Amino acid sequence: MDDPRGQPPASDGISLAAAEWNAGRRAFHRSPHGSARGPVCGMGVCHECRTTVDGQPHVRTCGRSARPDTRIGDVATAWYKLPRGGAQRRKPDAVTHFPSVAVLGAGPAGLTAAVHAAEAGASVLLLDENPRPGGQIWRCDHATGAPPPAHDMHRRAYDAGVSTLVGARVVHAGPPTRLFALDADDRVHDIRAEDVVLATGARELLLPFPGWTLPGVMGAGGLQALAKNGLDVRDRRIVVAGSGPLLLAVAAALRERGGRILAIVEQAPRRRVLGLGPRLLAHPSKLARGLKLTHALRGVRRLYSSWIVSADGSSDDGESLASIDVHTPGGSESIPCDLVAYGCGLVPQTEVAQSLGCRLESGAIGVDQDQRTSVDHVFAAGEVCGVAGLDAALVEGAIAGLAAAGRTAAASGLRRRRDRERRFARTFLAAWTLDDRLRALPTDDTIVCRCEDVPFGAVRFHTDPRDAKLRTRCGMGPCQGRMCGPALRWILGWRLDTVRPPYSPVPLEALATIGACVQAR
Amino acid sequence: MSCPDVIVVGGGIVGAACAKALADDGQRVVVLDQGSCAGGATASAMGHVVVMDDSDAQGALTIWSQTLWDELADELPAGAERETCGTLWVAADERELQRAHTKQEWYADRGVAAELLDGEAVAATEPALRSGLVGALRVPGDSVVYPPVATMWLLKRARDRGATVEEHVPVARVDGRGVELEDGTRREAGAIVLAAGHHALALLPRQLPGVALRARKGHLAITARYPGYLTHQVAELGYLDSAHGHADVSVAFNVQPRATGQVLIGSSRQFGPTTSGVEPLILARMIDHACSWMPSLRRLEVIRSWTGFRAATDDHLPLVGPVPEEVGLWLATGHEGLGITTSLATARLIADGIAGRPSAIDAAPYLPDRPQPELADG
Ligand SMILES: Cc1cc2nc3c(=O)[nH]c(=O)nc-3n(C[C@H](O)[C@H](O)[C@H](O)COP(=O)(O)OP(=O)(O)OC[C@H]3O[C@@H](n4cnc5c(N)ncnc54)[C@H](O)[C@@H]3O)c2cc1C
Ligand SMILES: Cc1cc2nc3c(=O)[nH]c(=O)nc-3n(C[C@H](O)[C@H](O)[C@H](O)COP(=O)(O)OP(=O)(O)OC[C@H]3O[C@@H](n4cnc5c(N)ncnc54)[C@H](O)[C@@H]3O)c2cc1C
Ligand code: FES
Repeated sequence: MDDPRGQPPASDGISLAAAEWNAGRRAFHRSPHGSARGPVCGMGVCHECRTTVDGQPHVRTCGRSARPDTRIGDVATAWYKLPRGGAQRRKPDAVTHFPSVAVLGAGPAGLTAAVHAAEAGASVLLLDENPRPGGQIWRCDHATGAPPPAHDMHRRAYDAGVSTLVGARVVHAGPPTRLFALDADDRVHDIRAEDVVLATGARELLLPFPGWTLPGVMGAGGLQALAKNGLDVRDRRIVVAGSGPLLLAVAAALRERGGRILAIVEQAPRRRVLGLGPRLLAHPSKLARGLKLTHALRGVRRLYSSWIVSADGSSDDGESLASIDVHTPGGSESIPCDLVAYGCGLVPQTEVAQSLGCRLESGAIGVDQDQRTSVDHVFAAGEVCGVAGLDAALVEGAIAGLAAAGRTAAASGLRRRRDRERRFARTFLAAWTLDDRLRALPTDDTIVCRCEDVPFGAVRFHTDPRDAKLRTRCGMGPCQGRMCGPALRWILGWRLDTVRPPYSPVPLEALATIGACVQAR
Repeated sequence: MSCPDVIVVGGGIVGAACAKALADDGQRVVVLDQGSCAGGATASAMGHVVVMDDSDAQGALTIWSQTLWDELADELPAGAERETCGTLWVAADERELQRAHTKQEWYADRGVAAELLDGEAVAATEPALRSGLVGALRVPGDSVVYPPVATMWLLKRARDRGATVEEHVPVARVDGRGVELEDGTRREAGAIVLAAGHHALALLPRQLPGVALRARKGHLAITARYPGYLTHQVAELGYLDSAHGHADVSVAFNVQPRATGQVLIGSSRQFGPTTSGVEPLILARMIDHACSWMPSLRRLEVIRSWTGFRAATDDHLPLVGPVPEEVGLWLATGHEGLGITTSLATARLIADGIAGRPSAIDAAPYLPDRPQPELADG
C-alpha cells in the first residue's frame, strides 16, 4: 500500500456518494422510523450515506469509489442477503507492523509529525482512514489531486521513508501504544509502535433544528468534502450556515466549483466578527488568506446574528430539501435552496485517545510543551488538542514528530511559535462563541439522535448521556453518539460518554482477529 | 417525610418489580438507588425471558415469571421491545438431540409447549445456522424484552401508585427497621427489601452463614440492523454446561433477534475479573464460538460491545425471602443470568411474604437460609 512515487495516489474517480447524489438519489437509506436520509459529514462519522451496495448492507458510500457496475440496493427494502449456512471460512490473519513511531491521522498535523519523526531517523508508519492522505483541509480533489502545500509534504514524507497505510481506520487500541486498524478489504493491521502520535483532527458540530435530517442538509466541511469527491454543485442554490471561519472557506470553495451561494448565515454578531480584522495585521499570512477569502466571496450576501430555525422538504415527496427559514435580527425569512452547508464549529475526535487513557481538557487531549499526553509514549498534535487551525496543526505536528523521535531539544525551538498560534486561535475563535439561544433550536419533536430517531423531548430532562442512552436509545446507533453526543453536550451540558471498542462498526470476524492478536502478544 | 411501609434498596429490574408489586398491594414504597435506576446488571442484560429446566425450582420460578410477563404484554410501552420470538435450542449431534428429547418431556410435564424439529426443519426455521445440525427444540412461548425500558416502566407504574424513587442515594447498611445512607442519615420503614444486585450482601448487618454471591462477568456484542436475519433466540443445548460449569471462563452460543433488526450476540461467563472493561480475547472466543454455529455472522457489522456482572449463588437459585434473625429485612438478589426473567415472580414472592400470603409456588427453595452445596473450587 506504500505509494512508490511519494505522490498521493492518482484519483480513484468520484465517490459513490457523489455519483449517487449526482444521479438524483436523495434517500440513501431510511431511518428506523422510515424517514429518508442522505450524506451529511463526508468523512465517515455520521453513517447517513449508508446504503446497500452489491448486496452488502450498511456500506458507507462517501468513502468508496463509484464503479460502473455497482448495484445499489432498494432503500425501502434495504435488508441484506448474505451467503447463509455453509462452513466457516478461516479467519484471515492480521498484518503486523513494528514502526518506532506510528502516526494516526494524515492531515496537516499527522503528515508533519510523520515527516519530522522520519527526518530525525525514526521508522514511521502513517495511517489514515481516508483513501488518500491530506486530512480535512488538504483533502485531495478527485480531479486535481492534492493542494500544493500538501504535495510538498507528501514529497518530504516519501523522501524521508515514511510508510503509509491509507484506507485503514483504527477501531481498537490497547495500552500502552498498540493500535488495531481495519483496511478497505477488512484486513486487520496490528500496529505495535514504540511511540504514537495521535493526530485524529476534529469533526463538525451540527446543532439540530427542525428539518435538519432532510437529505440536502449537510455538514459545511461535509459538503466541501463531498464536492472534492465529485458531488456536483454547479448551479445549485446553496446556503452556508452555522458559525465560524470554516463557513467562509467552504462558501468560497463551493462558489469556485460553480455553486450559487445564496447567503452565508453566521450566528455570531457582525461587530464581533469584523472586529477581528485589525488582529490579523500582526499575522501577515493569515491576513493574506483572509483577504483572498473576502475577494472570493465578494457580492455574497452575509447575514450575522442569524441562524436557520427550520428546513422544509419539497412538496412532491417531502423528502428532499426545498427551503429553510432563517432567523435574522430584522425578522424571519424563508430561502428556497437545494443544499445547506451547515456547521456550528468543530469538535476534537478523542475516541482513540480516551481509550488509551489520555487525559482530556475541555474535550480536547491535554498535552505538555512537547505535545506529550498524560500517557507515556503517546503524543498528540493538531485539532485533536483543541481547535486552532492549520498553522497550529503544522507546528504541533513538527513538535510531536520530533519529540516522538527523541529530539526534544530540536522541538523546543518551536514552542514559542506554537504558543503564539494557540493564543491567537483562542482570542480569534472567541468571536464565534455560540449564542445561548441556539439551545432552543430543537423543539420537542425534532430528531436529535439521527441514527435512532430519538426526539429532543425524550432526552431534554436527562442529565447524563448513559441514562439517556439506556432509556431512550439516544447515542446507541451506528455512529455511537458521534453526531448527537457533541450537540447534546453543548445544549444540555452532558459529560463526554465513555468509549468502547469497536470505535466504528466492524465485521464480527475482525473483532475476533483482534482478540486473537491481543493474546498473541 | 413520614415513614414509608417499605424501602426497596436498588432500582434494577428486581427492585423495580418489587416496588411495583408492593405498590399494587397498597404499600407506600420508597426506592433508593446509589446511581441511576436500571444502570446495573439490568443495563447489560440480553433480556431473554426464558423457561429454564436446570432444576425444578428454577423451572417453577421461570414458568411463573413468564406467565407474569405475558400478562404485561399489552401494557408495556413499545420501547420495551417485547417480542414473543420463542427459543430454538439447537443440537449439534445425536447426544445433544437426546438432551432435546429429555428437555421436551420436562416441558411437557409442566404444560410448557415445546416442539422437536429435525435437521431439515431447523435449517428452514433459521437458515443462518450452519448446515448439518441434527435437530432442535423450539419453545415458542419464550420472549425478549429490552430490560432498561421495562425497568423504568415498572418504576413508573409503582410511582403511579404512590411510590417514590430516589436516585444517586447510596445506602451503606440495612437492617430490619431501616437503612443507613452513606451520608450518615438514617431512614426507617416497616420493611426493607434489599435488591442491590451483586453488592447486596455487603450491606447486611451480619454475614449469612454459607451464603456467597460471586460476580460473574459476561460479554455481549450487538450488530447493526439486519431485519429478518434471525427470528428466534437461538442457543445451543450445551448452554447449561457453560452456565452451570464452574470453569473460570466459558463461552456459549446464544444469539437474539432484537425488535430493531439488530442481532445481540452472547455470551461469556467469567469468575474473577473485577473491572468492567471489554476483554478482546474473551470477546474473540465468544465470537469464534458463535460463528461456528452461525457462519455468516462473521460478516455482520458489530457496532458495540459491553460487559456486565451477574450475581451468582453456588446453587444457581436466587436468594429471595426474609433474612434470618433480622425481622423486617427481605433479600431479593442472586439471580445470576436469569434476573430479567425471574424479576416478576421474585417480586410476587416478596410481596406475598410481606403481606403474609401464600404464594402461587413454594417459596422454600429460594429462601436465603436454605442449605447451599459445597463447591469443590470454592
Ligand atoms: C469536515 C471538515 C472540513 C474542514 N475544512 C477546512 C477548510 O476548508 N479550511 C480550514 O482552514 N480548515 C478546515 N477544517 C479544519 C481542519 O480540521 C484543520 O484546519 C486542519 O485540517 C487540522 O488538521 P489536523 O491534522 O489536526 O486534522 P485533520 O486534517 O482533520 O486530519 C485528521 C485525520 O485523522 C484521520 N483519522 C481520525 N480518526 C481516525 C481513525 N480512528 N482511524 C484512521 N484515521 C483517523 C482522519 O481521517 C483525518 O484524515 C475542516 C474541518 C472539518 C472537520
Ligand atoms: C451479560 C449478561 C446477560 C444477561 N442476560 C440475561 C437474559 O437474557 N435473561 C435474563 O433473565 N437475565 C439476564 N441476565 C441477568 C440479569 O441482568 C440480572 O439477573 C438482573 O439484571 C439482576 O437485576 P437486579 O435488579 O438484581 O440487579 P441490578 O440491575 O444490578 O440492580 C441493582 C441496583 O442496586 C443498586 N445498588 C447497589 N448497591 C447499592 C447501594 N449500596 N445503595 C443503593 N443502591 C445500590 C445498583 O445501583 C443497581 O441499580 C444477564 C446478565 C448479564 C451480565
Ligand atoms: S446520531 Fe448516531 S447515535 Fe445518535
